This record gives sequence, structure tokens and C-alpha cells, in this order.
Amino acid sequence: MNKSNRTYIRVAVLGLLLVALVFALYSSFVKDPNAVKVGKAAPNFSLQQLNGPDMALSDLKGKGVVLNFWGTWCEPCKKELPALQQQYDQFKDKGLVVVGVNIGESTVAVEPFVKQFGVNFPILLDSQSQITKLYRIGPIPTTFFISPDGDVEEIFIGQLNEAMIAQKVSKILP
Amino acid sequence: MDQRKCECGHTNPIGTLLCESCGKPLDIEIEEQTAFPDMRYEGMARRSQTYTKKVIDRVWNWFSSVKIAIGIIIVILIGSAVGTIFPQQQYIPVPVPTEADVARFYTETYGKLGTIYYELGFHNLYSSWWFVTLLVMLGTSLVICSLDRVIPLYKALKKPRLNQHKSFLKGQKLFAEGPMPEGAKQDELLANAAQVLRKKGYRIFSTDRALMAEKGRFSRWGPYTNHIGLILFLIGVLMRSIPGFFMDEYVWVREGQTVAIPDTPYYVKNVSYHTEYWSESEMPEKLDLKGGVIPKSFQTDAILYLNKNADLPGAKPDLIEVKSGPIVVNHPMEHESLYLYQSGVQEMQLGALNFNLIDQKNGNKELGLIKVDLYDPPKEQDLGNGIKVRTLDYFPDFIMGADGKPATQTNLPKNPMVALEIIADNGKISEKMVYLQGSVITQKTDPQFGLVIRKPDLIDITGLNVRKDKAVPLIYFGSFIFMIGVAMGFFWQHRRIWVQFQEDDVMLAGHTNKNWFGLRREVDGLIEQTKLPLTVEEKSKA
Amino acid sequence: MQFIQVSDWLLDIAFLLYVLSSIVFVIAMTGKNWAGRDPKQHEAKYGRIAYWLAVIGFIAQTGYVVTRWIGGGHSPTSNMFEFMAFLDFCIILAYLIIYRIYKLTVIGAFVLPLGVIMLAYSYVFPKDVTPLIPSLQSYWLHIHVTTAALGEGILAVGFAAGLMYLIRTVPQTVSTKSTKWLEVVLAVVLMLVGFIGMESTFARMDQKTVFEMNKETQNAMGQMEKAQAEYTMPALVAPADATIIKQGPMSPLFTAPTWMEGKDAARKLNTMLWSVLTGVVLYGVLRLIFRKRLGALIQPSVEGIEPELLDEISYRAISIGYPVFTLGALIFAMIWAQEAWGRFWGWDPKEVWALIVWLFYSAYLHLRLSRGWIGAKSAWMSVIGFVIILITLVVVNLVIAGLHSYAGV
Repeated sequence: MNKSNRTYIRVAVLGLLLVALVFALYSSFVKDPNAVKVGKAAPNFSLQQLNGPDMALSDLKGKGVVLNFWGTWCEPCKKELPALQQQYDQFKDKGLVVVGVNIGESTVAVEPFVKQFGVNFPILLDSQSQITKLYRIGPIPTTFFISPDGDVEEIFIGQLNEAMIAQKVSKILP
Repeated sequence: MDQRKCECGHTNPIGTLLCESCGKPLDIEIEEQTAFPDMRYEGMARRSQTYTKKVIDRVWNWFSSVKIAIGIIIVILIGSAVGTIFPQQQYIPVPVPTEADVARFYTETYGKLGTIYYELGFHNLYSSWWFVTLLVMLGTSLVICSLDRVIPLYKALKKPRLNQHKSFLKGQKLFAEGPMPEGAKQDELLANAAQVLRKKGYRIFSTDRALMAEKGRFSRWGPYTNHIGLILFLIGVLMRSIPGFFMDEYVWVREGQTVAIPDTPYYVKNVSYHTEYWSESEMPEKLDLKGGVIPKSFQTDAILYLNKNADLPGAKPDLIEVKSGPIVVNHPMEHESLYLYQSGVQEMQLGALNFNLIDQKNGNKELGLIKVDLYDPPKEQDLGNGIKVRTLDYFPDFIMGADGKPATQTNLPKNPMVALEIIADNGKISEKMVYLQGSVITQKTDPQFGLVIRKPDLIDITGLNVRKDKAVPLIYFGSFIFMIGVAMGFFWQHRRIWVQFQEDDVMLAGHTNKNWFGLRREVDGLIEQTKLPLTVEEKSKA
Repeated sequence: MQFIQVSDWLLDIAFLLYVLSSIVFVIAMTGKNWAGRDPKQHEAKYGRIAYWLAVIGFIAQTGYVVTRWIGGGHSPTSNMFEFMAFLDFCIILAYLIIYRIYKLTVIGAFVLPLGVIMLAYSYVFPKDVTPLIPSLQSYWLHIHVTTAALGEGILAVGFAAGLMYLIRTVPQTVSTKSTKWLEVVLAVVLMLVGFIGMESTFARMDQKTVFEMNKETQNAMGQMEKAQAEYTMPALVAPADATIIKQGPMSPLFTAPTWMEGKDAARKLNTMLWSVLTGVVLYGVLRLIFRKRLGALIQPSVEGIEPELLDEISYRAISIGYPVFTLGALIFAMIWAQEAWGRFWGWDPKEVWALIVWLFYSAYLHLRLSRGWIGAKSAWMSVIGFVIILITLVVVNLVIAGLHSYAGV
């Protein structure tokens, strides 16, 4: 074997092993390649509306979407509902939809609650928490701000107030 | 390339210790056997040891060193041990932990040391960057060490050394030399020896004045075979990170419920769950269990469905059954590469509340059964005779909120509160009542209707682990190759015996890579049967 | 029911025979130089008696395994008692095989006492035949545990030969680092003896000391309660911030440092202190009686044996034990784990320690084959290797909780 051949082989073998190292490190850091990320398209789904037909995320193409995951047992969710409703009222004619995804509760539990807070934006029932898992929801409330072309602009975990919503909504209005 | 010429005329590559042709040690004229080069790679030049100019060569040589390989092994060993001092995060009893919960767990349970452990990231040691790097380095070392050694060894073993230089024979651990016995013939002696050795399973190579017997050469490939197995194993482990190769999900399924398995087009239904316990008559010995019981089996009867409408998550599924049967610990349900394991259970959980509606003004006459499914309470039920029951409000895990209003703590029916409205006589009568914590409170002081609480429906919720691991066949295959390699290397030995006539002397030498005791016995047997006037000296090599 | 009774008797018989065999082996090795004897003849004669005692003991123990298997309906490898007894069975089996190859009396003089210690250790645990819980109901239980135990048994013989090599070769005329470490190893063996002695004595006396923690902690069911610590041995160390609710034979001398907050940390510290203490006392007594290093005391019995042969036996045992161990403790374990839990590897402490043992012996083999570590270095490695196996078997099962821990002491 001549010298340059030997070097090529060594470079090739070491290079391959370096790729293996990078791949191993990358995959040990990025544990969940399917997680929803800012800048990526929000995964499409379809759920039953409270007192309404099924609604798919793709139906809302062309509109800015505020996707809010919540539950009746969650105090910050309760506090944030009026703010969401208020912003919905203000921007719905400008192409904004607020969608509340309720996590794993029954109609009977959700309906009076929604009425009590005077919410009239669409509420979807994720009765088996399937979409909650798809969006990798940890602590709630978690809110996704989705642009008219269906990309996630921002993910916010925690309670939002009107000013924060208004500021974030301004980025996703069509 | 620099070449080195041996006195026999053969030119050897640089780094060669024993001449490739005649086996004479180069460089050192050996008088003492301790200076005799090692037989490990048959004295061949290992490329790695010879060039150190370029960076790439330096890196290569670094990984090619067995010393470094052992170093890596030891560091991995110590690192692994450190990871068992306190439990890893995956084994701590904190359900769905946040980082703060995890930190608190280590501090509260293990004190200051726990805090340090957590701060250093040892709670996730085995997936830390440095541990993963070490494992890849071990893999690198395996590849390079093997490549570097297997080629020269192959070259050396391909041409058996028959006529060896005297100093080569002398250098062997087993060596004997003596004068030719009176009246003996060289070729007869050689033929005789060949016969004896052939019976012992040796392969014979001979000329008119020399003989080499060899057996178990393949055992020299053992180390490389097992290293290939390990490399395959490590590739398998790495492959699990490729999307689609590995999946690990957990689903809780109530009896009667059908749920979607995340990240797959499958649904699973829990038809029924039951735990069996060992009865006393089945036990081989009377045991004092202090009132406890020993479980015999955890079983979920399940049906696996494929959702034809899986493209859109959450949409109404279109299910077709693909498999049904029991899922028992140690016997998962298997469908293509998907496996469902019985792995947890919550038994006797509240599933539905049952009431008897009675007419208190009519001798407590039973009017019908009211069932409130706690996972999906009916909005309205019709009991007949113009009586309807509406569910007004439902709090699955009741708590009195800070604002004085009822609220729920979770979405699980742990402490349900239900508000019902009984409507009768075409809406003329409407009475409201509330069930909470085993009692019924009525709105009116003198109501017509009453609720008698019946035994609630108790259900079992089974925990199923759903996994997919397409790398497993490769991992098993790698392990299998590894075992073959170690067995080759450790259960067989490469033995060689040389018999040569030089001038009027007969010389005998033996070499093995292990089990000198066994070789010694064979050589002694050979001398005895051929009646060679030799005594074997066994030199100890320090 | 009867089978189990018979198996108990058979195990007791085996134990007795191993004790006898050990004694005769010691006589065979130490009595060589008694007046009026031909050393070779003496060794051969007593060696033969001891060997046959061991063989009969082994047959009895085989009977135990078989009857307990039939009586219990599963291989006797499902709890700590059964496992340790089975490991002992494997050690003796490995000894008999190695003896057939090398015909060296002295191996028995080291392995049989080791066998006695291991069997005595198994007696510390509850002997009940319990029906199998669901997770153990798999034929892999038999395959995985028996193969792993066999591997460990063969490696134990490698340790015994390595120890013999050291006792044979470390010069005892002057005190050196080697003599000191050899004494440490022997003292550790005595600590193990001490631990077994203490544990079995106090387990029978039933003199428990019970502490209650003053602080409430969350238990396994998620409720808050005051945890309790139960000591079998008399309390030397009390847990930090705890009160005695049941007095034992003595009141604790001091409390554990506050950073040792683990639930059972103080109890484990207590057990360890007693083991170390009894080991040291035993060692001291022996030193006082014989007035020389224990290494020097044993050395004459291995005189006249070629060190190379001992080195080879040790290496041979390890090179046979290593593949068996790999197959049983790692590969079969992975296959079972894949079948039972759906993951072949989960970094459970027991798995990690099996890996550590494997890595260590891998290092041993590389050092020996590639870097020429033979003789003393290799013998030291074989001793350390067995210490790691003991840690895996004893410490990990009893101290570090995981999926594998059978029972606590």
C-alpha cells in the first residue's frame, strides 16, 4: 500500500467515526425529533368542537391562529381566558382565530365552565389527550402562535395577559 | 518505503521484529530469551507504529494503542459506577417531573451529596455528552485497533514458517535441542513425528529436514471476530437514534376504552384487565405473608386496531382489528415491529356513579337507575314515565376554590362532585341535587325525589408500554458474533510445534498463544512416542 | 412439600461436607511437614479424601438443586438465598472441572473454604420457597441466572488461583507494599466472614432496634409519613434526627452525619461498621495467636507449587469464565429484558454493575494478552475482579435499590 492511499483510508475511516460521534451526540441532546418547534409547520389535526362540528387546523389557513391548551383545573388558564376572549373580540375581524384545546375533559365539565367565563371562541375537545401528546404539552397553559401559512411563530408556556397577547398576535395577523 | 534486509535475503518492511521469511529476530542478536520479541503479531510490522508525521497519523496511532483502549475501558467503568451511586432520573419516583422537581428530589432525598450529584449532571450520566463521547471513542478504538492488527497477522499466518532460523526456535518458550540418536534416519523420524502429531489433530507442513505442525490457527481470528461483533452491536445502538427505528410510548387504558397509541396509526382497546394471586394451595410451602398476597399474573385482554384514517390526528378513526389476545408480563403482544408490554395498573378506580331515584312522597318507590359515567357524564338521561335527569355541573376532582366556588384539581375522577337536575311532569317539577363524597345534598328541604347511592362501577386502568426497536436484530446478531469470537479465541488455542535437523542436532520448539500446560503435555507425548533424546526446558518469560 | 424438606436436608449435608472437606484440605496442605511423614504421600492421601468429600458434597448439593426445583416448581434462582446457594453450587462445579484438568490439591484448599463462606452467606437470607411473581415467570429466569452464576463461579476459581499465586510469590521476609495489600485482601475476606457471622447470629436472636425519623417524608404510595429504620444488628450509629421507638440490645454510640439522609443510609452504615469491626477483631486475634502476617501463615501450605501453574490456572479459569459470564449476565439478560420490558438495556444499577464486571475483565484480558501483564499483576487483577463481582452481588442487591433487588438485609 502506498503512502497516499494509506492516508486516504485513514481519513475516510476517521471521518466516518467522527460522523458517528456527531450523530451520537446530536441524538443524545435532541431527544425528541418530532417535537413542535418554532419556525416549523404546526402539525395538522382535527378535533370535535364543543357544541359544533369537527374542526381541522388546516381549515384555518390564511388566518393567524392562537392555539391555547388548557384545562378547567388549571388556575392560570382560568385567569388567562378573559384576556384571550378580549383579544379574540378585538382581532377576529382582522383574521385572527383563538382556538382553545381542552385537555381530556368531558363536555359536561367544560360546557358550564366556558359559559361561566363568557368564552365564544372555538373550544376543541381533546378527550383522549391525543393532540396534547402530539404537541408535547408539559405544564399548562401552553399557547402556540401560528402564522397564516401554518408555521409556529412562538410557543409560550405560562399565563398570558392582554398586552402580551396583543404583542404576539401582531406578528401573526395576515 | 524503507526496507530492511535480513541475512536470509528477504527484505522486510520497517518495524518488523522477526524476519517475515526465516523468523530470525532483526536488530537484536539474542542471547537471552527475555530479549526475544513478542510472538503476538508474529513479529510483523504494525503500520500504526511506523509513521507519525501527519496529524491524521497521530490520531490514528493514538486510537491504535491498546494502552489507550484499556484507558478508555477503565474510564467508562468508573463513569458507569458513579452513575449508580444515586438513582438515575428515569428511576426516581417523581411522576412527570419538571427540572425543579428533579433538583428538589435529589436534595431532599440525598442531602448535600445529592445536590452535587444533580449539579454535575450525574442524574442523566449515561446520556451525558462525555459518556456518549467515551462510548464512541471505544468504538473508534475497536475499529482502528482491529484494522491495524488484523492485516499484518493475516499476512503472517498465510505463509506458515517452516524453515526457521535457529535463533527463532531457541527463542520459543518450549525448546529442546539434542544430538541425533545413533543410527536414526532423519526422514523416518520426521515421518514418525508427523504421524503422532497428525493423530493429535495437527496439520503438518514438512520438508526433508524440517517439520511444522499447526492446529487451531482459526483461534487467532477470535479477537477480531469478537471485535467485529462489538462494532456491530455499537452500530445497532447508534441506529436506534435514527427516526423510525426506536419508539417508546406509554398509554393508560381504562377497561372498555380504546385509545390511540401516540406516533403510530394504531389504537388499542382494553377489553378487560385482571390480576391473579397465588392461592395458598398453589404455594409449595406455607408462608407467613403477614396478610399480604403474592401476585401470579397481570393480564390485559386487548385488541389492537389499525386506524385507516391516521393521516389527520384527532379525526374520527376508522378502525380495523389487526390482533387480539392477552398481554401478560413477559409475553408482550406483537404486531409487525410493534410490541405492547403489560407494565402497570391502577386497580379499582371509580368509573361511574350509580344511584336509584326514589319517590319519597310515594313510599320511596324506585323510579329507575341513574348512571353517571365519570369520564363522560351524560348530559341528559331519560328514565321513562316523563322523568329526565340532567347533569348540570361536574367536577371530577372536587376542591373548594379560593373564590368560594367549586373547582377541580385534576381531570381525573378522584373525588367527583356531580350536580343533577331531576325533571318530571313535563318540566313542572325540577329538583336539583348534588353528590359529593358519599352523600347527596338536595336543594329543597322537602324534596319529592331522593337518590339512593348504589355501589359505583370500579374499573381497572392498565398501563401499557408500547415499543418499537428495529435495531434489536442487529444488536442480537452483534452479540452472537461476539460470542463466536470469544469462544474461538478462548476455547481453542493456536499451537505450533517445529522439529528441525540442523547439522547433527535435532531441535524441537513449541509455541501456543495460551494453555502452555496443554502444549507441554502434547510435546512430552511426542518426545516419548518418537523416542527423541530431548528434554524440554520451559523458560519463564517475565 | 416433602421435596422441599429433602432439599433443605441435602443442602445442610452439602454444607457439612464442604466444611469437612475444607478442614481436610487444610490438613493436607499444612500437615505436610509434620514429623515422621512423607510430605508428598501426606498431601496425596488427605487431598484425595478432601476431594471426595467435596464430590459427595457436590452431589448432595445437586440433589438440593433438583429437589428444590421440583418442589418449588421453578429453578432455585428466584431470591437472594436461592441465588447465593446456586452460585456456591457453580463455584464448586467450576472447581471440580479445573481440578480434573490440573489435579492440584491446593486449589481445593482455597476454593472449598470460599464455597463454605458463600453457602453460609446464603443462609443469612430467608429460605422460603416463594411462588414466582409475574415478572420472574419466564424461562429466561432459568437460563439467564444459571448461566450468569456459572460464569461468576468460574471467575471465582480464577480469583482463588490468583490469591494463591500472590500468597505463594509475595516474599514474606520483609514488609512491603505487596504484603500489606495482601493482608488487606485477607482482612476483607475476614470481614465478609464477620458480616455473615453477625448477620446470622442476630437474625436468629431477633433483637431489633427500631428508629423513627422525626421528619415526615413521602412514601412509595405518595403519602407523607414518618419513615422507620429497622436494625437487625445492635445499633452503633443512629440515623440523624430520629428517635428510638423500640430499644435494642445497646443504645447507639453516635449519630450518622446529617448529609447521610437516605432512608436506610444509617442502617447500612451500621451493618458495614459491624462487619468491618468483626473482621478487624478476627484478624487481630489471628495475628495475636500466630504472631505473623496471615500471608506468611498460609505461605508454607502453597510452597513447592510452581507459580506459573497457578498463574495459568487463574488465567485459564478467567478465560473460560469470561465468555460464560458475558453470555449469561449480559446477552441473555438483554434478551430477557427486551422480552419483559421492551428494552434490552436500561442502565439499571444491576445491569450497570454486570457491565462493570465485564469491562474490568475485558481490561484484564487486554492487559494480559497485549501488554504482557502476567504473574503478580494479573493475579492482583483477578483479586480485584472478584471484589467487583462481590460488590455486584452483595452491595448492589442490598444497598442500591433497583429492578433487581430481591431482598434487604
